[in-house]
Amino acid sequence: MSTTDPTVVTEPVAAPPILSTGALPDETTVDAAMGGGETMGRSVSASLSSRGGRLIVLALVFMWTIPTFGLLVSSVRPEDEVKTSGWWEAFIRPKFTLGNYDAVLSSSPGSANLSHFFFNSMKITVPAVLLSVGIGAMAGYAFAWMKWRGREWLFVAVVALLVVPLQMAMIPLLRLITGGAHIGSFTIFPYLHLNNSVAAVWVAHICFGLPFCIFILKSFMSSLPRDIIEAARVDGAGHFTVFFKLVVPLSVPALASLAIFQFMFIWNDLLIGLVYGGNDNKPIIAKLVEVGGTFGQSWHLLTAAAFVSMVVPLIVFFALQRYFVRGLLAGAVKG
Amino acid sequence: MSDVFGAFATVLFGMAILAAALGGLYFLTRYLPGSWRERGQVLVFVGPAVFLVFVGLFVPAVRTVWVSFRDDSGRRFVGLDNYNEIFSGKGTRLILFNSFTWVVGGTLFVVIVGLAIARFADGMRGERIWKSMIFIPAAISLAGAGIIWKFVYAGPPFENGLANQVAKAVPGLPASFGGEGDKIWLVDRNLGSLNPPASAPGLNTIMLVVIFIWAAAGLATVFFSAAIKGVPDALIDAARVDGATQRQVFYKVTLPYISATVVAVATITAIGALKAFDIVIATTGGNFGTSTIANEFYRVYFIQGRLGFGSAYSALLCLLLIPVVVMNRRAQQRAEELS
Repeated sequence: MSTTDPTVVTEPVAAPPILSTGALPDETTVDAAMGGGETMGRSVSASLSSRGGRLIVLALVFMWTIPTFGLLVSSVRPEDEVKTSGWWEAFIRPKFTLGNYDAVLSSSPGSANLSHFFFNSMKITVPAVLLSVGIGAMAGYAFAWMKWRGREWLFVAVVALLVVPLQMAMIPLLRLITGGAHIGSFTIFPYLHLNNSVAAVWVAHICFGLPFCIFILKSFMSSLPRDIIEAARVDGAGHFTVFFKLVVPLSVPALASLAIFQFMFIWNDLLIGLVYGGNDNKPIIAKLVEVGGTFGQSWHLLTAAAFVSMVVPLIVFFALQRYFVRGLLAGAVKG
Repeated sequence: MSDVFGAFATVLFGMAILAAALGGLYFLTRYLPGSWRERGQVLVFVGPAVFLVFVGLFVPAVRTVWVSFRDDSGRRFVGLDNYNEIFSGKGTRLILFNSFTWVVGGTLFVVIVGLAIARFADGMRGERIWKSMIFIPAAISLAGAGIIWKFVYAGPPFENGLANQVAKAVPGLPASFGGEGDKIWLVDRNLGSLNPPASAPGLNTIMLVVIFIWAAAGLATVFFSAAIKGVPDALIDAARVDGATQRQVFYKVTLPYISATVVAVATITAIGALKAFDIVIATTGGNFGTSTIANEFYRVYFIQGRLGFGSAYSALLCLLLIPVVVMNRRAQQRAEELS
């Protein structure tokens, strides 16, 4: 659920049974989830699907693919074709052009200038992902391997905040960012001049993403073998060394999948982008919705615009699919 | 292009400074006496996260609850008036019913589709490809999904979309079902002779829920697939030896075994459906009786500028999430006791 939002994946997280009974799923199982199944040792009789079952799968795959495919075809058809006939007729009278992409990407006046907003999304997503995963990893280590009073209840408190929907926290946070906080004339939080800046969007995404990051990373890190870490501590290694030399390298699967998940979540976010970015710094998804609302007569351009906004998350997912599935499950393992 | 590189250089520089500051603070803890050293180190590790979550999430949430008891200018205390308005108006009741439709219909079908793919594609030739194709909609934004389907549902005055084309091809389908190929699916609330009253969800709301199901099924499939692969072969083989059919094996062995995962996925999906906002705003903008709680919050707060009333909507959203999560916990525990 990309759909969704970090909070979303959270609770589920409460352990699928496979996982709750044993250690981390071994790599075969996890890789197999997406269909590396051929190599699995399951007996043939148990896995052969019936003809009816195969038909259901193919029908669903067809329904799940055809709307996106239609949009892709429409996006490379000339304006008058898009406006007078359905995309399927492109296969009877083939006429294709890249003009729509040209039109939405160019920076000439009156154009949507999507390339500008495309880079906005990059500027927003990359640092926000790095910072939320980085800060989350440090906190995850502190919750998993440092001994201090109150860490149990503080962890529970942080995880409980997963229930807070974006909608509930975003406005007061916006006020804080755009004006600081004051009691009478006494300033308890300074005005940081972040109005409508990319930094404001970062802060929002990091704050909203942190509980999920901390939850996943703490769970993963506490499953690392105790012997190794305690041996290093006994040998005199400080927390700094243990964290960077041991825990971070061992947590790469969880860090990678969390980063992919956060990347897709932040890139695909609409609400924060609409509210925080202002006109110039809004991400491409927010611009896409704005374009969709105003285009009316030129909706042939909307097809190309939608596709430009999808390219990056699709590439990220397909290039890193393996890590994505693996880490999601690893995190899901320990609730 | 150069400004892009400039921006990235600035960002990298900023993050390097941040890292250096934390490293420096950590280094300084060396000079603290005994037990304070460990405490200082904990603070360096956990401090930034706790500070951000407290200031950016906890305090704002409390403030929103406080504002929801005040009037729209935020000056006067009005008690539960804002909540009263949500539950008493006719238009607002439609919004609650719509969200209910999203949660129940969306969750039910996402679980069914996810289970169907995970069950039937298991061991099928090309399994990886089929599952990846089901996942594509889950990788793109909900707003993008809304726009894709806007084209599918398109009707006059625009060129017809796929929905009308398919409906037209069905012989003998009455016009009210789209048989003439000119139904405006996102606006029309009626289907055939069914005319839902103004306070009940219409056909167009169901059409929006279809988009959600389409977008959310991919992640459910991933979770269910992993769970099904994890069912021990011995269990399945034993049932097969005892003469169980494939259908019986699925319902009597596999499904009970993965019930905790099913509950977990249902919870994620229900939460996603409750927060549905992107799809609504990208397709109907909440018009034609399709608004949901999450969309109404945005409209009331940001378009109409009604602070108290808008805050009440967002607090209600949080309130509705709590039982979903608690129910998940309960069901999860029960499932674990069973397995």
